[in-house]
Amino acid sequence: MTRTAQWLYGWLLLLPAAALLALFTHYPAAATAWHSFFSTPKGTRPPAYVGIDNYAQLVDDPIFWQSLSNNLWYAAGTIPLSIALALLMAAWVNGKLVGRGLLRLAYFTPTVLPMIAVANIWLFFYTPEYGLVEKIGSALGFAAHNWLGSKNTALGCLMAVAVWKEAGFFMIFYLAALQQISPQLAEAAAIEGASRWYFFRRVTFPLLMPTTLFVLVNAVINAFRLVDHIVVMTRGGPDNATELLLYYIYEIGFRFWDTAYAAALTMVLLTVLALVALGQFWFLDRRVHYQ
Amino acid sequence: MSAAVYRATGVARGLETAGAWLLGALWILPLAYALWTAFHPGEFSTRFVLAAPLTLANFAKAWAAAPFARYFVNTVILCTMILAMQLLLCTLAAYAFARFEFPGRTIAFALVLVQLMVTPDVLIVENYRTMSALGLRDTIVAIGLPYVASAFGIFLLRQTFKTVPKELDEAARVEGCSPLQVLWKVYVPLARPVYLAYALVSVSYHWNNFLWPLIITNSVESRPLTVGLQVFSGTDQGIDWSIITAATLLTTAPLLIGFLLFQRQFVQSFMRAGIK
Repeated sequence: MTRTAQWLYGWLLLLPAAALLALFTHYPAAATAWHSFFSTPKGTRPPAYVGIDNYAQLVDDPIFWQSLSNNLWYAAGTIPLSIALALLMAAWVNGKLVGRGLLRLAYFTPTVLPMIAVANIWLFFYTPEYGLVEKIGSALGFAAHNWLGSKNTALGCLMAVAVWKEAGFFMIFYLAALQQISPQLAEAAAIEGASRWYFFRRVTFPLLMPTTLFVLVNAVINAFRLVDHIVVMTRGGPDNATELLLYYIYEIGFRFWDTAYAAALTMVLLTVLALVALGQFWFLDRRVHYQ
Repeated sequence: MSAAVYRATGVARGLETAGAWLLGALWILPLAYALWTAFHPGEFSTRFVLAAPLTLANFAKAWAAAPFARYFVNTVILCTMILAMQLLLCTLAAYAFARFEFPGRTIAFALVLVQLMVTPDVLIVENYRTMSALGLRDTIVAIGLPYVASAFGIFLLRQTFKTVPKELDEAARVEGCSPLQVLWKVYVPLARPVYLAYALVSVSYHWNNFLWPLIITNSVESRPLTVGLQVFSGTDQGIDWSIITAATLLTTAPLLIGFLLFQRQFVQSFMRAGIK
């Protein structure tokens, strides 16, 4: 095939996907940046250039700061816990435990259920008086507590749902990676007299590093991307205690229809995601061992 | 822990098994609870007695209370449409990246990978504006369109196509096949397991997707199941948990049953999609 034909084929094959990607990923990202410098059109009044007014509003908006800090706490709470549980589950399911097929099924099932549906079930769990959590609590002699209605516990309740939903998903990737580690490594280490924990810390875990990175990046993205359960369980309340960034964008953009301010908020979210991407490259460069 | 020599023994083994089962029980508890509530009359929804009578009345009530049949049809159309278009577009793009030399290939690939980070889920405000401008608001097409050119699909298939020996490609060309025929006769058949993996991941993602469909639809004619379920349990129903859990199970049943039947394929597909 001639060079020109290669060029032509390459671009023609790519064209349909590239056009849609440009229209629904690159254009909206750029348009968000552009619109964040304009006012929201109201009635017949067209948008006007307002400079950094939207960002100034954002700096002065306590709910924005709370949603950002909530989101960071949410990420800090859910990510390490779901990854640690995923690794533990994978190690168990990879071993010769009794009934490991059933266990794998139990761990993985939350992954295929829609977040919106499981949020309904968990909402029932947390219901005051009737809910299972409350029943167990009262049986053990704890005082009645409105789990989702209290500022101190609402975010924790949502984090529990997220960990429950995601750990099994991440387990799959660890399981795949564990199955690729050669059993000879363990035999060699055992001959050298390495303890079980030492072997995990110095051999297994480093070999799992690429998987951990992959899972970590997915976990971080999900912590900022998945807010379905908030719509069902708390709607950001009580008193903004469960307001996460994307849910706040949804509220501003589609309940108050302030699209300009929503654009400025989206820029913050895009910045967070860009930082994750940069962090990933930095980490890939220095820390991850490849076999 | 990856091989026989590092397997727990004695008491440690017992403890580990117990721990694994405890965690498994905890993980299946919400689903078990939902099943209990949905299949028993309302007064037993929080009373666990073995003698509680089984009933399908909650399902009948839920089915009658909202247009779930229509929501089912919408979701099936949505998932089929997205998957068909994804398979086509991602295959063509992956083929271009894997086997053709053209200027701008590296930068185009980097631009594709941007979507792995910046998923359509976070660009809701601008995509809503675009859909309004295109006159597509409140249609099933609008729910699916932002997801059709999937960076994940392109990446996954590109990696797979790159493993196909060049000799096979060349042999087919010598036989007189055009590049598209080579794609269809050599690459696509060899990538079949990857297609299956991608299809399962895609269908379960879009069956479950919620926020964007919630925003872009506002009529029964275009709403998928997830949004229909939320509209139903959020407003139409008071707090009749038996009916809400029945509706919840109803909407997830096809996916759940499919998962239970094809468990092995599901798990292997997710594994394969993750290894790359």
